[in-house]
Amino acid sequence: MATPGRALPQPTPETQHFWDGAKAGDLLLQRCDDCSKVYFPPRPFCPSCASRRVSVAKASGKATLYSYVIHHRPVPGFTPPYAIAVVELEEGPRMMTNIVDCPQTPEALVLDMPLEVVFEPQTDSISLPLFRPAKG
Amino acid sequence: MPRNTVAVVGAAETTELGVIPGLSQIGLHADAALNAMADCGLKPADIDGIATANETPVQLAHYLGITPTWIDGTSVGGCSFMIHVRHAAAAIEAGLAKTILITHGESGKSRVAAPPRSVHPASLNGQFEQPFGPMGPPSMFTIPVLRFMKTYGVTEEQIARVAVVQREWASKNPRATFRSPITVDDVLNSRMIAYPFRLLMCCLVTDGGGALILTSAERARDFPTKPVYVLGTGESAETPMISQMEDFTSSRAFRVAGPTAFREAGIAHKDVDHLMIYDAFAHLPIYGLEDLGFVPRGEAAAFIAGGNTAPGGSLPLNTNGGGLSYMHSGMYGMYALQESVRQMRGIAAAQIPGARVSVCHGVGGMFAASGTIIFSNQAP
Repeated sequence: MATPGRALPQPTPETQHFWDGAKAGDLLLQRCDDCSKVYFPPRPFCPSCASRRVSVAKASGKATLYSYVIHHRPVPGFTPPYAIAVVELEEGPRMMTNIVDCPQTPEALVLDMPLEVVFEPQTDSISLPLFRPAKG
Repeated sequence: MPRNTVAVVGAAETTELGVIPGLSQIGLHADAALNAMADCGLKPADIDGIATANETPVQLAHYLGITPTWIDGTSVGGCSFMIHVRHAAAAIEAGLAKTILITHGESGKSRVAAPPRSVHPASLNGQFEQPFGPMGPPSMFTIPVLRFMKTYGVTEEQIARVAVVQREWASKNPRATFRSPITVDDVLNSRMIAYPFRLLMCCLVTDGGGALILTSAERARDFPTKPVYVLGTGESAETPMISQMEDFTSSRAFRVAGPTAFREAGIAHKDVDHLMIYDAFAHLPIYGLEDLGFVPRGEAAAFIAGGNTAPGGSLPLNTNGGGLSYMHSGMYGMYALQESVRQMRGIAAAQIPGARVSVCHGVGGMFAASGTIIFSNQAP
């Protein structure tokens, strides 16, 4: 589905750990040491209680399909039609992604279906977290 | 905050709406501003406050020859103008300015001197949404809808029906871009844009502008136009990232802005004669009706399909034809405000007989921000 030319993230000091994790094949979330909130996207403080005492934790990579559209217009790096999805991670946070190894149809993309993360390298420094139907 | 202490005395759109290649974006602001000043007999020297979005208020003040004692450049998407009305009302109450001009202009279609649309790759949107292939609102604003449909059993036919009803209103409006009646089948057979959204469920892309002039209710009596009083106002924000919306079946920004305006106005839903809900896409009136409390959760789609918001219905909604059929330059909120003002003045193309209270609800970005204004034509 992905072809060269898609928009790529430019990490910042506050998000570098996430992209380093993705490069290494780990989906990294953050967890507040004070109130236990698990959150995404990355920031160096808790969005729930504002504590700066936060830790990086590896997510299970398990998720469910929360919602999506199937885009029918051309976008650099994509061959339409392709789904732009939001998944709900097992740990709670949601993130935008694409669904791979799955027909890009309403019949195949069923809300709440179980998914698992895969990482697709884009450059030497950037791998994107994508999701595919869970195996087994 | 004001209840009936501030009024709209000047209101106008650009002379033309639609495709206007002969005016740059700031030129559209100016055309609307000059029309609004002419509407109420004012000159730039009479204006002491200015608010605008997309262009800066400094640019507009200089371009129009205004020396302001109050400026507001709140730019949070299409509801910026509702929020400007709210801020202007507070400023007039506080004595920061006496006569405030709010302008909008957007070369959405022709793109004459319009700022480029881009997402910085280091922004949170740029890092965590853009890499997955969205291209503007049609492919992002629509993402929550499948979850809404599953939660409440809403059908594609019901969403199509929103566009059909708004075309009924547009057919009564000579200034509407699209006026020919359409059917649910027409909508469901139009080109797929981003499943489940088809072309006729998406707003137009046009050029245009609009402007409002506000002053105190006391001074409003001296103007040639019928005053339209600001009864209540609300505003809020949630997230710039559609993927991070707390609840895909409801907008937190709507749930804050709407009830805040109702409390301030001191009115109940049954008091509302006319309603505008910003409709960049066909699902927005459904979310708005529920989040503002006009109908219970999950019932708005059936409420619209049942004809309640259509001509002759109990709750006339988007009576200009809305962003789906009237016009949509990109920041549509100004046109919703203009229609509320026309309805309160009694001069709308599809006038609601005897309407006394109009609620005008806007969205900014993609469920990112919201502003709600409640107007009345009843003197304090």
